[in-house]
Order: sequence, then structure tokens, then C-alpha cells
Amino acid sequence: MSVLVLVEHAQGIFKKKSFEAVQYAAHIAKEMGAGVTAITTGNVADSEMQALGAYGANKVLHSTDARLDNFSSRAFAKVVVAAAQKESAKVIIGLHDTTGKAVMPRVAARLQAGLVAGAVGYPDLSKGFVVKKNVFSGKAFAFVNITSDVKVITLMPNTYPVVKADGSASVDKLDAGLTDADFAVKVISVDKATGDVPLSEAELVVSGGRGMKGPENWHVLEDLAKQLGAATACSRPVADSHWRPHGEHVGQTGGTIRPNLYIAVGISGAIQHLAGVNGSKTIVVINKDPEAPFFKAADYGVLGDAMEVIPRLTEAVKKYKASQA
Amino acid sequence: MKILVCISQVPDTTAKIAFSDNNTVFNTQGVTYIINPYDEWYALVRALELKESGAATAVHMITVGKADAEPVIRKALALGGDEAIRIDADSNDTYQVAALIADYAKTQGYDLVLCGKESIDYNNGSVGAMIAELLDMNFIGFAYKIDVAGTNVTVQREIDGGEETDSCSLPLVISCQKGVAEARIPNMRGIMAARTKPLKVVAPAAISAVSSIVGYEMPPAKSGVKMVDAENMDELVKLLHSEAKVI
Ligand SMILES: Cc1cc2nc3c(=O)[nH]c(=O)nc-3n(C[C@H](O)[C@H](O)[C@H](O)COP(=O)(O)OP(=O)(O)OC[C@H]3O[C@@H](n4cnc5c(N)ncnc54)[C@H](O)[C@@H]3O)c2cc1C
Ligand SMILES: Nc1ncnc2c1ncn2[C@@H]1O[C@H](COP(=O)(O)O)[C@@H](O)[C@H]1O
Repeated sequence: MSVLVLVEHAQGIFKKKSFEAVQYAAHIAKEMGAGVTAITTGNVADSEMQALGAYGANKVLHSTDARLDNFSSRAFAKVVVAAAQKESAKVIIGLHDTTGKAVMPRVAARLQAGLVAGAVGYPDLSKGFVVKKNVFSGKAFAFVNITSDVKVITLMPNTYPVVKADGSASVDKLDAGLTDADFAVKVISVDKATGDVPLSEAELVVSGGRGMKGPENWHVLEDLAKQLGAATACSRPVADSHWRPHGEHVGQTGGTIRPNLYIAVGISGAIQHLAGVNGSKTIVVINKDPEAPFFKAADYGVLGDAMEVIPRLTEAVKKYKASQA
Repeated sequence: MKILVCISQVPDTTAKIAFSDNNTVFNTQGVTYIINPYDEWYALVRALELKESGAATAVHMITVGKADAEPVIRKALALGGDEAIRIDADSNDTYQVAALIADYAKTQGYDLVLCGKESIDYNNGSVGAMIAELLDMNFIGFAYKIDVAGTNVTVQREIDGGEETDSCSLPLVISCQKGVAEARIPNMRGIMAARTKPLKVVAPAAISAVSSIVGYEMPPAKSGVKMVDAENMDELVKLLHSEAKVI
């Protein structure tokens, strides 16, 4: 019996969210008295896979089929299902990111398994298999009980801090018997912003609204983000006016994020905006209107003009960083 | 090309979220329902555009829901489309919803199935990929642009930290988000026409749920905002470091 976890790497290097998923799987496995098997694909060194042991993986199943370097939900799902059969998996974990959201529903459908998409807690085994998840775009949580024999979960990244321990995983090959039909979706081009922190994984986010007045002022926010090592986000009207790319739009009809720190500048705090960000651990609101509704949802507030406050904050962060160095 | 658009009904974005019966039941009192924005603004409108351009021969829309979902599906019909199907079942289980849709769709010869990237109530984002698996179709998620040329479909989609362009031949399931189309408002002619369009009610196939919601919880209330003087950003940094422990 085992708990499976699908992990992805970027050019052969596992990312923090992968460690988080492995650690999450290990926690569940321990409670169930099961082992943890990680699954990964493509070109990655044995030493890198063995290192997943430090987060609780006992074994890594490696599917080396070179075609898997391009994403295909059908092929990835087949790999996971093959691993599930090989390992008699009871629980299958993925991340609630663009990969997990495309692969895990397929796996669940194939295995007729219940799925909790976007879990923010460990399963409660004392009441069945009850998992907490976000609903109503962050306005509430639901507790979902999975009743099928096999259970599938996608974990919301940034739910748990990652802790490294000792340990090494064994590595085994996995042949999922993939055919060309599994790769019918052809990837023509990929355009990844390199170097920047992807918004969905960012621990710190600096976000701007209409109060920023125009795209020409964004460099001030970007300076702050750079100083903090934060990703940038925006409100919907900002994306709608093409001041910022629509991938940065957060809220009910944009991305849902839950960083450790969300700094909202010149955003009024409409309910549809809050829906996507109120899972953030700490919220700082900078606004020139003392009546802005966002202050009610904030931990820290600064009343003032964005163009004056932000450079001051950037300086203060710089000073603090220097004092820590 | 025959298109099926999956439509779910969700509480309006400003709806007050509250629960009753010891936090086990979503309180629908005073809640108005709308078509899930991703389904209406993007999936449905793109399907209609494809029909208008002659690429599609028929646009059907399907919802899994009880009779109370009919006003919403009528509104979808008012925007356009040829036929609506309501599978008469109430479910929060994504597997059950997807399997009911797949069970209906499997005999209908749909070439393209469009759904939203997620429903804004339960935020699963799972139904589309599940339908694809159950119908043995290919799936492309998070599309922000869809072009059809004959039987070949080119999709621009979002991936974590970037964008990707994919191509695939039909049949195909695509989940849609902003960019795919521009929202439309139903006009009087559409509303009148919708009254006479077929709304087929189908009995659900024998498919059981494999999960259920056993309770809800509201997020903890914020303890109140601490205001920091705009002149003193060193103080804010200090608080973020030593009190909030986020930097
Ligand atoms: C169905 C639906 C879905 C929606 N989905 C989303 C969504 O996903 N995400 C989203 O964000 N919105 C969404 N909206 C829109 C939402 O209702 C608000 O209109 C939007 O969030 C407002 O954006 P804003 O705060 O940037 O702009 P505004 O509401 O215009 O607020 C600007 C703020 O900036 C402040 N300000 C102005 N000048 C300065 C200055 N110099 N310094 C500091 N502060 C200043 C003002 O006091 C004000 O509070 C949705 C709406 C609907 C109907
Ligand atoms: N009850 C339903 N009836 C029809 N389509 C649905 C239903 N629930 C979800 N969908 C479709 O699946 C998409 C993703 O929903 P979900 O997986 O519930 O987040 C939605 O945008 C709809 O297109």
C-alpha cells in the first residue's frame, strides 16, 4: 500500500512546491501506515530524485519517455495510473497547479476515485477521509469526505512550510506503455518568464490597482517587488485596461493566491478582488482613502499616496536587507 | 463540427456566503444565481462565434442541475445556441457531474466540448479534464485563445509562470478563461427566441457520487487593521519581520 505523489521539475531541478507535495504525501502515509512513492518524468538526475527522500519519499518511479518533456494530460495521467496500479496506491497527490489540475481529474475519472481539488489541510481520517478546501473563491472552506477506495487530492501550493530532514529515496524506472496517441496534443511553443517568481507559487506578492493611475507608474511597484523578491499582481480593471498582462489579474475571475504577504496598493478591496487574495497570511493595504473597504480585510494599513509611500517602503526594505546581510 | 458547452449555475459574485444547520448547508436565502462567468463569457460566446463563422454546425449546452437551474440555462439559450440539455440531478461531486455529462455526450457525436476553467462556487477546475478522460478525448486547459481551422484546433493557454501554444485535431475538450471571447448581453430577439428553443430534460444515468461535502467553515476574521504612519515605513518593515514574520 502506498501514497503516490506526482512531482515536476524545471530543467532537472525540483521546486519548493514539489517538496511541499512530497512532505504532504508523507504526512498522510505515516498516518495510514503506508509508504510514499513519488512519480516524475523526463530528464532528471538520480541524485536529484534520491534527494526527495529528505522530504519523506521512500521511492521514486521515473518515467523516462522523452516525449513527456512536453506536457500532455493524457500521457501524464497514464503514467500516474500505471504507478497507482504497480504500487496499489490508496491515495494519490498532485499539486493544484496547471499540471495537477489537468492530470489529476483524469486520474480520478479513470480510477472512479473521489477528488478534492485545491486542498488546504491534511485529511482527517477519524471521520472518514475528510479534506478541507477553499470554496466560493476563498470566501469559505468546505470539508469534503471522499468515499471511494482510492482518493485523489490536489494540494494548494504554499499551504505548509517545507522542512528538510534526512533520508534518501530509491529510484526505479516506470514504463507506462505510452503510445503516440497519448501525445496527440502538440506543443508548438512555450514562453516562460524566466527569473521571475510565478505568481501562483510566490510567497510575497506586491499588487496594484487603479489607484496606480497608469502603467507608467508600475516601475515603482516593480522596484519594491524586486527588493522583496516578490511577484507582482493586479486588480481586474488594471488587466482589462492592458496596463498589466492578464496573468497577473487576481480575484474571483482571475487567479486565487495565498502568499505569506500580500501588499495591495491603490486597490479598493471589492468583494470580487478579496475573494482571490484573502487566503493570504498577512495583508498590507496602502490606499489614500481611509474609507477603502480593503482596510477592513487588512492586517496592516498605510494611509497615503502610493507614489510617495512605495518608494519609502522600498528604501526601508533595502535598509532592512542590508542590516541582515 | 458539433459543440457542447458545459454550463454550471453559481451564486452571483456579490452573494453573501453563509451556512445553516450547524455549518453543513449553504444558505441559499437571498442568493441570486448566475451562469458561471467562465462558462458564459468565454466558453459559450466562443462556441457561438464559431457557429456564426460557419466553423460549427450546432451549439448545444448542458447542465447538471435540478429544475431551479432552468432560468440560468434559458439565459444561456437567449445568448444563442440551438439546444439545451439539463441532466436532472443535483451533485457537488465532480466525478458524478463529469460522468453524467460524459454518459449523455458519448452518443451525441460532439467534436468539441467547451467548459470554464473552474466554477466560482466550488473552485474545482476538474470537470473538463474528467469528461475528456471518460470520453477518451484530448484535453487542453486554461485556454485564452482558440482558433479552429477545419478539424485542427490551435489553442493558446496559460501554464504556471508562462504561456504555451498547443495544437490538436478534433475531438477535443478545452477549458476556457479570459481572452477566449468577449462577454455578450442577450438582446430582446434572443430572449424571445430562447422561449421556443428545446430544453431537453434527461434522467441521470446510474452513477453514484464518490465524495460529499460534510461541513463548511468561514475564514477566521481579521483581528483588525493596525495603521502605520505613512512617513514611517521602517516601522512597517519591522512589524512584517518581527510580528507577522513574513519577511
Ligand atoms: C462578476 C465580476 C467579477 C469580478 N472579478 C474581479 C476579479 O477577479 N478581480 C478584481 O480585482 N476585480 C474583479 N471585479 C471588479 C471589482 O468589482 C472591482 O471593480 C475592482 O476590483 C476594482 O479595482 P481597483 O480596486 O483596482 O479599482 P478602484 O475600485 O477604482 O479602486 C482604486 C483604489 O485606489 C485608491 N487610490 C486612488 N489613488 C490613489 C493613490 N494615489 N494612492 C493610493 N491609493 C489610491 C482609491 O482610493 C481606491 O480605493 C469583478 C466584478 C464583477 C462584477
Ligand atoms: N453541474 C454542472 N453542469 C454542467 N457543467 C458543469 C457543472 N459543474 C461544472 N461544470 C463545467 O465544468 C467547469 C469546471 O467546473 P468545476 O470542475 O466544478 O470547477 C465549469 O466551468 C463548467 O463548464
